[in-house]
Amino acid sequence: MSSLGGGPAGEGGLPTAAPEPVDAPDRPRVGVDEWVARVDERRAAQRGLTGLVARAWERVPAPGRLVLLLGPFAIFPFVTSEGNLFRYGLITLIYALLAMGLNVVVGFAGLLDLGYVAFFGFGAYLYGIMASGHSGHHLQAEIAIPIVVVSAALVGLLLGLTSWRLLGDYLAIVTLFFLQAFVIFVNNANGGLNDFSYPFVGKVDLTGGANGLDQIDPLNFFGFHITTTKGYYIFTLISITLLMTMLYFVNGSRTGRAWRALREDPLAAEVMSMPVNRLKLLAFMFGAATAGFSGTIYGAVQSGAFPGDYDVGLLITIYAIVILGGLGSIGGVVIGALVVNGAPELLRSSANARFLFYGVLLLALLVALRPWYKPVIVLLGTLALGFAVHAIASAVWSRGTAGHIAGAGKLGNALEHWVLLPSNAGSIAGWAYFALIVAALVLTLVRGWWRVLVLIPTLYLAAFVWENKLVEQVSGATRLILLGALLVVIMNVRPAGIFGTSRVEIV
Amino acid sequence: VNWSLFFGELVSGLTLGSIYALIALGYTMVYGILKLLNFAHGDVYMVGAFVGFFVLQWLGGPLEPAVTGWLAVAIMFAVAMLVCGALGVGIERFAYRPLRDAPRIAPLISALGVSIFLQNSALLLWGPQFRDYDTFDLVGVKSYHIGSNFFISNVQILTISVSIGLTIVLALVVSRTRTGKAMRATSFDRDAAEMMGISIDRVISFTFFLGSALAAAGGVMFGIVFGQIFSLMGFTAGLKGFTAAVVGGIGSIPGAVLGGFLIGLTESFATGYLPGGSVYANLYVFALLITMFLIRPSGLLGSPVIQKV
Repeated sequence: MSSLGGGPAGEGGLPTAAPEPVDAPDRPRVGVDEWVARVDERRAAQRGLTGLVARAWERVPAPGRLVLLLGPFAIFPFVTSEGNLFRYGLITLIYALLAMGLNVVVGFAGLLDLGYVAFFGFGAYLYGIMASGHSGHHLQAEIAIPIVVVSAALVGLLLGLTSWRLLGDYLAIVTLFFLQAFVIFVNNANGGLNDFSYPFVGKVDLTGGANGLDQIDPLNFFGFHITTTKGYYIFTLISITLLMTMLYFVNGSRTGRAWRALREDPLAAEVMSMPVNRLKLLAFMFGAATAGFSGTIYGAVQSGAFPGDYDVGLLITIYAIVILGGLGSIGGVVIGALVVNGAPELLRSSANARFLFYGVLLLALLVALRPWYKPVIVLLGTLALGFAVHAIASAVWSRGTAGHIAGAGKLGNALEHWVLLPSNAGSIAGWAYFALIVAALVLTLVRGWWRVLVLIPTLYLAAFVWENKLVEQVSGATRLILLGALLVVIMNVRPAGIFGTSRVEIV
Repeated sequence: VNWSLFFGELVSGLTLGSIYALIALGYTMVYGILKLLNFAHGDVYMVGAFVGFFVLQWLGGPLEPAVTGWLAVAIMFAVAMLVCGALGVGIERFAYRPLRDAPRIAPLISALGVSIFLQNSALLLWGPQFRDYDTFDLVGVKSYHIGSNFFISNVQILTISVSIGLTIVLALVVSRTRTGKAMRATSFDRDAAEMMGISIDRVISFTFFLGSALAAAGGVMFGIVFGQIFSLMGFTAGLKGFTAAVVGGIGSIPGAVLGGFLIGLTESFATGYLPGGSVYANLYVFALLITMFLIRPSGLLGSPVIQKV
């Protein structure tokens, strides 16, 4: 890995008897920029199985990586049903496309854009205004899409200009407020009683208000309509492939390197006479244009644009995708999108959700606890604790075991003998939720065997809270709670994201 | 001129503004010391409102309180401020402290995660429905009037004066006490302060405690004045609190209060006077923020060096 390219410099020219340390790896060589040449060495070495996979992945040439990453997606429509293709395939791809644009803004350039999904909504609404039964216009997609992309980039430019002389933090708040303003606007701009009266045209029904803008046309290229899920899927997949290829080249280009420099240290970049503001705006506009484009696809797929779709919930989802995939990693977002979109889709049935919950818990335990006997002790301890608590409760507190797991399946039936299910769990489960948070926080403070000891009741508490409270709202609040916690945990454990490369700090 | 409308909007703007001011103080203090945008602050405010609500229920509800009205209100304030102060300290300890030396974007994303976590935990535990404070009977609302157009109720007077009172207390803590001096030193140069023997961790925890307690006071006040609270109230309020802090000049205590009143008045007058104001008031606040950024990015009273907490 640390080979600096080319053979030893002093070969042949000198007598072999004289020891010549010129090409020794710890000596600087003339004419080579040491810092640049050794950039690989400053990556934190990954150990174990993940390191092995990561190194194997890096050895694959770039086109091969693209095929490996997107190949399964290309096969997917031929092996699955229409409904599954929509839920798992198409939405994942649209999220991946969306996340790719955000990755440029946050991952490449290091700008915290919290209004990003507003541009997604902007794309959907603008396309809807130009081509839908609601507005009465029916523009062809080959005209509408460039208009959407350019105007999204322009709005991005305007918004970015306001933070021209601001710190990154101010950009975050301006964009977050922009998202809020966007949602308020589309919720009310239906030409109703309270709406603006625009100069020259008076009141106009732009967005359909809270009911949304309906009857959006399918994408229509030169008279060729995309009408099936499979058609949209393939269109999105092609767009992703093109964008990914483009990002690969951009990443290695002068602009891409400048973005990374900007992310690492804006001040140093500016001192190196980089046009910092212009680079920031460029990244910002690029992101906005990508979001507008994916919004157009989303609007056409849904054949409607609804204000609730473009809110903070989606923002968190996209951020989780980018951060899981690794800030600045081009391919990572696809895997991130697969995980973040796929998992909640599986969560929709509570039996699946249960398997997923305990499976992830188990996996996390096995990965995080070393050596091997610690997770085993924890598991056995938790099982024993559960049966003990259940036995005591059934003797002295009959209400505590009175509840049942509805539609449970085998796992659920087994769980009924282990976890407490009070018949009217409302406030007990609420307090248990607090206790679980406290226990999880305590876990981060203790080390060694104390951690094992605390982990046992924490896990049992987690199962209790899951069965009595969290499972009720798996696709609503629970999903966002888990995503929020995930963001905090990843930032604390691995700020570069799972597939990102963490660098060693040089002081 | 419709003076009745004008004075009505003025009073409600000042009331709203005093709540925003309390939120803004927390933002401005935390930003002054850590240079961190604490996105979770708005949600701490929401938790404060709920704690106040549950304390009131625990005291027997607004109609048959176990203690006299004003004492019940005082207990609500005290408990909510203590609980949220502890919550703020906890958030800092677990979500921000490990990231103090990380790249700047990491704590921001962590803060976003905490915010979503709190908001949805509230949604999970307390549901999306509105809760009624019903404190009007508790404190015996009276309306005073000067002339025939200027009306103000005792609850509104209470809100404005509590807010100003708390701000004065805070300003005294920061400028007169030993801890306040440590806060100012930490804000000025964290490393140098540490070398002078100041316990940075303790100072930052204390800052979070103060800021979160003030936000909780704002939450309880919102419940008392407007009567209804809900799980998602923190998000917009947090945004406006931050806007207030920025407009007033981030890092400046009087600036936060001034910004808070300005935002409150803008919102209130936009509702009454501007086209589409009843639904688009927040858009006008946003426009104010953008304008402020364009003409004076350091805020009304902010100067980057002096006046930092």
